[in-house]
Amino acid sequence: MLAAVGVRSIEALFEDVPARVRFPDLDLPPALSEMEARWELEELAGANLTTADGPCFLGAGAYRHFVPAVVDAFLRRGEFYTAYTPYQPEISQGTLQAIFEYQTMICALTGMEVSNASHYDGATATAEAVISAINAHRLRRRKVVVSPFVHPEYRAVVRTYTQGMGLTIVGDEDSEVELPDLVSQVDAETACLIAQTPNFLGQIEDLAGLADAVHARGALLVVVADPISLGLLKPPGAFGADVVVGDGQGLGVGLNFGGPSLGFFATRMEYVRRMAGRLVGQTADVEGQRGFVLTLSTREQHIRREKATSNICTNEGLVALAAAIYMAALGRCGMRQVAELCYHKAHYAQERIAEINGFSVVGDKPFFKEFVVRCPRPVKEINDYLLEEEGIIGGYDLGRDYSHLKDHMLLCVTEMNPREEIDLLVEALREE
Amino acid sequence: MTEPLIFEISRPGRCAVRLPELDVPPAELPEGLVREDLPLPEVSEPDLARHYTHLSQMNYGVDTGFYPLGSCTMKYNPKINEEMARLPGFANLHPYQGEETVQGALFLMYHLQEFLKEIGGFAAVSLQPAAGAHGELTGVLMMRAYHLERGEDQRDVILVPDSAHGTNPASTTMSGLRVVEISSDARGNVDRGALEAACKEHSGRLVGMMLTNPNTLGLFDEHIEQVTGLVHEYGGLMYGDGANMNALLGIARPGNLGFDVLHYNLHKTFSTPHGGGGPGSGPVGASERLAEFLPAPVVAVDPERSDDETMFYTFVNPPRSIGRVKAFYGHFGVLVRAYTYIRMMGPDGLRRVSDYAVLNANYLMSRIKDTYRVPYERTCMHEFVCEGCFPDAPEVHALDVSKRLMDYHFHPPTNYFPLIVHEALMIEPTETESKETLDAFADALLRIAEEARTDPALLHQAPHHAPVRRLDEVRAAKELILRWEPK
Repeated sequence: MLAAVGVRSIEALFEDVPARVRFPDLDLPPALSEMEARWELEELAGANLTTADGPCFLGAGAYRHFVPAVVDAFLRRGEFYTAYTPYQPEISQGTLQAIFEYQTMICALTGMEVSNASHYDGATATAEAVISAINAHRLRRRKVVVSPFVHPEYRAVVRTYTQGMGLTIVGDEDSEVELPDLVSQVDAETACLIAQTPNFLGQIEDLAGLADAVHARGALLVVVADPISLGLLKPPGAFGADVVVGDGQGLGVGLNFGGPSLGFFATRMEYVRRMAGRLVGQTADVEGQRGFVLTLSTREQHIRREKATSNICTNEGLVALAAAIYMAALGRCGMRQVAELCYHKAHYAQERIAEINGFSVVGDKPFFKEFVVRCPRPVKEINDYLLEEEGIIGGYDLGRDYSHLKDHMLLCVTEMNPREEIDLLVEALREE
Repeated sequence: MTEPLIFEISRPGRCAVRLPELDVPPAELPEGLVREDLPLPEVSEPDLARHYTHLSQMNYGVDTGFYPLGSCTMKYNPKINEEMARLPGFANLHPYQGEETVQGALFLMYHLQEFLKEIGGFAAVSLQPAAGAHGELTGVLMMRAYHLERGEDQRDVILVPDSAHGTNPASTTMSGLRVVEISSDARGNVDRGALEAACKEHSGRLVGMMLTNPNTLGLFDEHIEQVTGLVHEYGGLMYGDGANMNALLGIARPGNLGFDVLHYNLHKTFSTPHGGGGPGSGPVGASERLAEFLPAPVVAVDPERSDDETMFYTFVNPPRSIGRVKAFYGHFGVLVRAYTYIRMMGPDGLRRVSDYAVLNANYLMSRIKDTYRVPYERTCMHEFVCEGCFPDAPEVHALDVSKRLMDYHFHPPTNYFPLIVHEALMIEPTETESKETLDAFADALLRIAEEARTDPALLHQAPHHAPVRRLDEVRAAKELILRWEPK
């Protein structure tokens, strides 16, 4: 091969690299065989306590939901797994049709008209929704109103993403403000209002009338939603939302210490040219046979460069496939059943905990699978006790993000928590 | 070959998953908030299995065959990586568990940060960005923050070569900055005259430059230190697009070449599956002066909780962090795969990756360059760009060559990019391909060139043997059928 190239050594191929810095010695540990690598990784994995080792009631944006075996079985087919973005549609119909089906199912779940092929996660999908709303107003409106009960990390990411755009982001400086009061901050400068339902405290927000109020001021309504809740709850689309985003991690993806997950993004056809990300559309081949291609790519960076709607290129294709397989496997009945299991179990847990002396439940809004408990002692102390004495992973410490919720714990109950686990938690809290 | 949509095989009452019965007393459902209908498909498990198996059979991946998609580094991904990412001790971790319960995961992240620092020549690394473009946005925001911190808020210009990936200018715009394009010289390098003129013209307003090196022509810039030196001289910073790091492992550290910040594409260089378009992972490395702007959090050793035998790893926020760029800590599952890869390659193995990636590209170029014109004919790095057209077959285009390659069971190269090459075919063979595969691919390209002259219709109508024939992309954009709707 060297002779064909016309050089004497591989080193000779690198003469364009300045000699001063060429061929550095890399100070890295020596190579391992597959067996040794497995031992090392198994040891590291074994050093962690996992949510499968005992009862877990931690949620706050990352959830334990059941992943049926079919998801990984088909996800791992090499033809899906080792393909790239389907730029060559004739040999990528598998990916393209699966994403077209994913888009359809996300529309069904959210009650919207069009879904893109995915974002990195719920937080970045929310940031992209803000940018779409700004673009929909042709940059003339630069204010964003955000509920304090949108996931704190999502709000942080919106601020990071938009720090160079000269936006004013308001609403969440008062950490107790409720949606109806937030609407009064929407004005003629406002591009969008962002609400989350169920919100970060697990409560189902009352979206009725919200879209009308926001639209009356010419702004868009962006709703962050938990896709599992949409198996049961009326979708944001039915309430007039303009953009519905969220994290698809619950849809057959698993926890993975927070990533990879999947950001879904759905909107109305009116905004399709403003949206970021890839889109799969139906077409036909020269023989009239149905097929699928990436479409409206004139919005995207590889065509529009600095005028693109976003810089996104690689997305979460494989995770969207997982979500599609999950939604298809559970289907109309299964998705409803998962949501109902979460709902009833969470309510059972909440009622039982409310009976414990010293603990009280907070808020009278309906909730889905998470609820807030006021604790007699700091949350960390209670969680340490639960873990050490009972092997239970407790709830999320809301005092981290909300000063008025010091000593308040956010507990999450899903279909993965049998009644015995809930009863164990209740007993442990009682004895604590 | 077509497969019905999942909605078309749906029949009422079917479900592929049986869930447990409710074991607590039911609560009252919230009035007025319950949906009436959920139009999702209803299929049995065997139907589901066949549907997705059929779909997979209509796809082409690295496991299927050669995938020389330029700039995408479609190397073979070892299967052990998958097993490791699925170890229950990694897969079942919740991101908000107490740090003392996830020390194994934090150890892995900390050491991956260290490995990437060493490979790239940087002072610090954040693993948070989810993909290459996400890393670009992160890096450009860091450069902007650096100038703001010094009170130089008038700086708003980013220089981007005309050969750059589209993500570079798009990331610049998202950061609220302006793009000034720099032309390439006759040898495919950054045109130093144009660069100097732009630096002078935008003197005082320069945030920095985004540069891919080796660039999208597959060429290592022959004056790289002069380029980075010039940008620094005008107070700018150098952003490295690490999409092409597969050429540089143990060859050169970008940090030593004058780059201040760079994103790595773990899904390219460090062998994690592309999954039909993600998930990727785009960690960012930073020099001393930019380290404090990295996105939060990064993993560090907590000296107070460490002792002589055991380190305690903890999340910390860099002091002047631009903020967080995604929820939680990055694509942890992808990080496990990349860590496994780096541990199994070791320093010598990584060096061989780049050696062979570059040798393979030069060999393939030598096989076809007399037939497919290479406009910048120099020793290339891990990829090269040629023209997919022929003077004596004027009606044949790069797209036709690409579609015809499918009939020979190869994935086509990247088409029509970089934009500065006419009818571009961008070919990146990677190090994991054998000489036999490279020869078979070269033979196919040479035969196609012959067919272009003797039977151009064969190319225009290609592919002939793919699951579908050539698809009408114009119609898709016009009709905009973006979801299935019942008739």
